[in-house]
Amino acid sequence: MKEIVVISGKGGTGKTSITASLAYLGGEDLIIADCDVDAADMHLLMAPDFGQSEDFYSGEIAYIDQDACIKCGKCQDVCRFDAIPVIDTQYVVDPLGCEGCGYCARVCPTDAITNSQPKVGEVYVSNVRTGTTMIHARLSIGADNSGKLVAKVKNEAKTLAEKENKIAVLVDGSPGVGCPVVSSLSGASFVILVTEPTVSGLHDLKRVYELVKKFGIKAGCIINKADLNEAVADDVKKFLKEEDIVLLSEIPYNVKFTEAMTNGKTIVEYDEDLGKKISESWTKITDIVGIEI
Amino acid sequence: MKIAIASGKGGTGKTTLSTNLASYIAESRICVLSDLDVEEPNSGLFIKAELIHKEDKFKMIPEWEKSKCELCGNCQAVCNFNAVLKMGKMIMVFPELCHGCYACSELCPTDSLPMKQKKMGELKSYKNGNLNFIESKLIIGEEQAVPLIKQTIAYVDDNFGEDVIKIFDSPPGTSCPVIEATRDADFVILVTEPTPFGLHDLKLAVETVKQMRIPFGVVINRHGIGNDSVELYCKEENIAIITTIPNDRLIAETYSQGKLLYPTIPSVKEAVISISEYIENINSQKEGETK
Repeated sequence: MKEIVVISGKGGTGKTSITASLAYLGGEDLIIADCDVDAADMHLLMAPDFGQSEDFYSGEIAYIDQDACIKCGKCQDVCRFDAIPVIDTQYVVDPLGCEGCGYCARVCPTDAITNSQPKVGEVYVSNVRTGTTMIHARLSIGADNSGKLVAKVKNEAKTLAEKENKIAVLVDGSPGVGCPVVSSLSGASFVILVTEPTVSGLHDLKRVYELVKKFGIKAGCIINKADLNEAVADDVKKFLKEEDIVLLSEIPYNVKFTEAMTNGKTIVEYDEDLGKKISESWTKITDIVGIEI
Repeated sequence: MKIAIASGKGGTGKTTLSTNLASYIAESRICVLSDLDVEEPNSGLFIKAELIHKEDKFKMIPEWEKSKCELCGNCQAVCNFNAVLKMGKMIMVFPELCHGCYACSELCPTDSLPMKQKKMGELKSYKNGNLNFIESKLIIGEEQAVPLIKQTIAYVDDNFGEDVIKIFDSPPGTSCPVIEATRDADFVILVTEPTPFGLHDLKLAVETVKQMRIPFGVVINRHGIGNDSVELYCKEENIAIITTIPNDRLIAETYSQGKLLYPTIPSVKEAVISISEYIENINSQKEGETK
């Protein structure tokens, strides 16, 4: 069972629209995992039924019992996260600032502080319109996106794929280079980098590829809006060559790309020319990964 | 006056707006632009300014000192992040898991885990006339953006007064990095695009700023593409639409070259002027309140 992960570094390059199109092409041979849990959008194109949902708890958060508190201020002194302000003469925990280290509870002389595991999101197992299952999630507002929810989504998807003898898991990864994307990448068989020929697109591609390299994962690249800037597109291609990254396809700048999403469709369903470009990438990907779909 | 530019969805134009707005404001008064998207900072690609200062940024992690250690295992017991482990006759520290809470270090009975600096990124400060640009970049492999964001904001606070307009280009999403980047702001500008993805992520971002009780308004970028659902949503929820920026291939092309937009594209200049007037209004209201 293979694991194909789509990431982009920079947001807004078309990562999710492209992942949804690949999901459409792969159909029931794939299990889909939306690991972009912080701003999950893939469900908007896949018509999931939210068949099963499960609360996800992670980390810890402190709570101060005001009846037991003697207002000594020791908790505030030791908190390195400025998460215990005094409000109306009471020491209270700022849930958005608390990292859940538990130090405050350990130094409280009256044991007024307890730690509990907060709900940080929900995980869904859905039937989707491509005839398969998608695992997706919603991170609670301001929750610590430590990568644990991402790991949960991925592991659920992998377990299901193995159980149902699917050929691959297709993962919509997270943006950036921090914990969520590290979690998205671990265990991947192949990484698809979606970029655009803009100075920021190239800058972010280089940074995120540094991370991919640390994992030693083979990568391919789709250049979206490829005709927007020829000079930068050449720089992108030069970089791909130097790093031995496969150029999967170049998709031209076209408003139909966004129109498809506005209509709740994947690009392959909505526009023939753009669709061809994606199918072309998919053929290359399945060849490299060594799967038949 | 602190303005955070944020968005749920990535790629909606946070950096475009931040860089153009800050450069425009700096034509008439001192302005600070700070890029807090430390994982993928891009503002610097659009700002031409002279580097005046740079410094390494560190997080504090414990380092085991064998000599006095009695191997009591208290450090492992108090670490909620499994970052300190007692293995046989050794204490091992896993820096990438450490949140820097100091519990293991300060609760160690023999002071055998002093906190030491570990480089997590680099801060650079640039200047061009009235425009001050502060950028921090996280080292690849470092997983936690929040400590670097915190230190970058502290640097801006220490170096620039209350009366200066400060614009913070925030990371995308609604989780801890964006909370850290926006929690001190006086006003948040949410940049979105009029598409189903844009609307979905805007709603999450609105929930986030509402929870932090920070006043906010919306800028709709790539206006004309997609549909009118974002506008309808803002109307229903009584959210101010500060301005719109049209969907225009010329804008995308100019952006792709790493150039500022407002000097050559009138529609962007108009938008930037209306946002800057909007900010000036809030600023004078705020000053009125404090007086």
